[in-house]
Amino acid sequence: MQAATETHATPAEKFANVCSILEKHGRHPARLIPILQAVQEEYGYLPEEVLAYVGVALDVPAARVYGVATFYAHFALEPRGKYIVRLCNGTACHVKKSIPILDALYRALGVTEKKPQHALITIEIVACLGACGLAPVLVINEDVYGQMTPARAAKLIDEILEKEAALV
Amino acid sequence: MSKATATTKKGDGAAPAVAGKRRVIICAGTGCVSTGALKVYDAFMRELKKKALNFDVILKPESENLHLSRSGCQGFCQMGPLVTIIPDDIFYTKVTADDVEEIVEKTLIKGDVVEWLLYNDPGTKQFCRGTRDIPFYQRQMRYVLKECGLIDPEDLNEYLSRKGYEAAKKAFLSMTPEAVCNEITASGLRGRGGGGFPTGRKWDAARIQPAAKKYVICNGDEGDPGAFMDRSVMEGNPHSVIEGVMIAARAIGADEAYMYVRAEYPLAVKRMYKAVADAEAAGILGSNVFNSGMKMKCVVMEGAGAFVCGEETALIASIEGLRGMPVPKPPFPAQSGLWGKPTVINNVETLAQVPCILLDGAEEYRKIGTPTSPGTKTFALTGHVVNTGLIEVPFGTTLGEIVLNIGGGVTDDQGKMTKDMFKAVQIGGPSGGCLTPDMLDLPLDFDSLRAVGAMVGSGGLVVMNRKTCMVSIARFFMEFTQRESCGKCVLCREGTKQLLSLLDDVIEGRATPATLSLMEQLGRAVQKGSLCGLGKTAPNPVLSTLRYFRHEYESHVNDKHCLTGRCKTLAKPLINAAKCKGCAMCVTVCPVGAITGSKKQPHKLNQEACIKCGACTAKCKFNAIEGI
Repeated sequence: MQAATETHATPAEKFANVCSILEKHGRHPARLIPILQAVQEEYGYLPEEVLAYVGVALDVPAARVYGVATFYAHFALEPRGKYIVRLCNGTACHVKKSIPILDALYRALGVTEKKPQHALITIEIVACLGACGLAPVLVINEDVYGQMTPARAAKLIDEILEKEAALV
Repeated sequence: MSKATATTKKGDGAAPAVAGKRRVIICAGTGCVSTGALKVYDAFMRELKKKALNFDVILKPESENLHLSRSGCQGFCQMGPLVTIIPDDIFYTKVTADDVEEIVEKTLIKGDVVEWLLYNDPGTKQFCRGTRDIPFYQRQMRYVLKECGLIDPEDLNEYLSRKGYEAAKKAFLSMTPEAVCNEITASGLRGRGGGGFPTGRKWDAARIQPAAKKYVICNGDEGDPGAFMDRSVMEGNPHSVIEGVMIAARAIGADEAYMYVRAEYPLAVKRMYKAVADAEAAGILGSNVFNSGMKMKCVVMEGAGAFVCGEETALIASIEGLRGMPVPKPPFPAQSGLWGKPTVINNVETLAQVPCILLDGAEEYRKIGTPTSPGTKTFALTGHVVNTGLIEVPFGTTLGEIVLNIGGGVTDDQGKMTKDMFKAVQIGGPSGGCLTPDMLDLPLDFDSLRAVGAMVGSGGLVVMNRKTCMVSIARFFMEFTQRESCGKCVLCREGTKQLLSLLDDVIEGRATPATLSLMEQLGRAVQKGSLCGLGKTAPNPVLSTLRYFRHEYESHVNDKHCLTGRCKTLAKPLINAAKCKGCAMCVTVCPVGAITGSKKQPHKLNQEACIKCGACTAKCKFNAIEGI
């Protein structure tokens, strides 16, 4: 994941990982989606040059690779933060007021809805995480936090920022 | 774990001696894990070791007398983490790691009950010892979910010990494909994914195709917001899904299956991978299924996040590595599906019903539910209701039974049960519609729901209280379908966008009476002019709320007033002088200085300066600011 933001690797090194992913999937064009998922796992997002490389390696047009990468919600074409905070806005979470939590997250991060970019933390809104019984739900990387409130969400963000500040 | 499965006896169904042995089951569904179930599990491990109790962590069932295991979702997510002790039938709720010592000491060693950890029924104020005393469970019929929450989903042996894979064995060894199809047709099983198409007929259509290669696809891409039934089945009993897939494959003559699992469900993905690997290692899947000489291969594939992939033809495109866009039917997938081969696509829950039907027989199955919708249905009961979670009831159970009895009644915004708070139930997600308090006696099944303009969908039931603005809810769904529209059909792509902006007009006070009829007209056009289920059903939430809550739309349009005060643009915030104590907290938080007043005197709010940010209401301790 770290490699996503620090791309000091030479091109050969960069594509070595992609090659092993491609091999694992037998360079089969039908496996394009699992291949892109593995690439994203490796780099944290889908770098443009890697997409182009995947297209050449699978012998499919770059346009098709790009088409697939932009169609599905999971694929990110921009680098993402070390922490991915996903706020559920499924029906159950929505009626239990997930939007005020989103506002609290933005406030705690010091960003706005229009410009939500933050170097460390990426906020994503997802349609449903399937933990509706605990609505509203927030997921930070893999950890699920249920019955969220704006205050608790802001505290979680503060904790991450403090933890990271201590590392520097 | 992998070592343990390697020693599994090959599919002979030998029962690990589970019966008669004491078991401590910790619910490890996504809900309970998020509230700390794994910490509870670890605490049990530590405590049992410390007390030197003769216990069994995961396997080795033959020698021990206490078995500690994790289970799939037990449904009552809100009260998690859940700990069940059988055969004592004790059900502890909201257990934390700190409580474990007491449970071990009192219950496991002395045989007493730790009363304060039991569920306290808010209706009767009584402690409920086991699940059978709790109204939430009492009124359910757990059929597909029977084993979820009881067996360890990561242990093939446990599934085998409960007649696991016997139905598949029967289908492969002693039934012809035609007989399997006939049995399923006779059972009246209908697809649980939304449409309710008869499963037997679907299978038969694929079976009669002469092709040498055919496929089965298990649709576990549960994209419907507010629904998590398939997740729970895949997490709680993954082998039942694989068994259903095997039977479907036998019925149509396929030897390869794809399990398309939604990637937002990491636990379900992990357990499906493991279940497939275990079944392969045990020789259940592979080149010689049950020594029948037949092949069966299962491939797990993670979805990449597209709601439209719930549509059969879009799902096929996605597996083929393309953008998930639907194509016109016919040809139906049963004739020409994945890579042009006959393909059967069934939903997770449908497939999980199949082994039960083959074991119990179609006739027995038909005794459950209604004549046109036999069997049970799982629902995700969520929203403003006391008991949220996963439930399973026979088709034909009334709405009132589910919301008021199983759900325990409707709550206010603070989560307190309040009488007369019930406003609506949204069923079937973005494709479905609303049910109103007049419909409490409505039996829920495929046909009765269609008659009132809703649909079973995948089974999300979101209860909404009187404080919910139905126009905003319609907008919420429209925003979702607009975003998820794949863009192929113009009426879906552009129509949903226009419907959304018309809804914005209503919410932001720009609408005229003509807007409402325009919305209805456009909604019907989108239904007619779209290829797939997404577009055909996308206007349903708008049309359904227009049908049952027209007065709310009219008050937005004519009076520029939102009855619930939720629509901020229309809000007219006011300080209730009787409630205001003049603490000036609101004055300090107001970013635009719209509130004025001297200390200990009721304050005033200047509506023209107010930007309706709601900061004052959040701060006010006396609920004195109204209308926002």
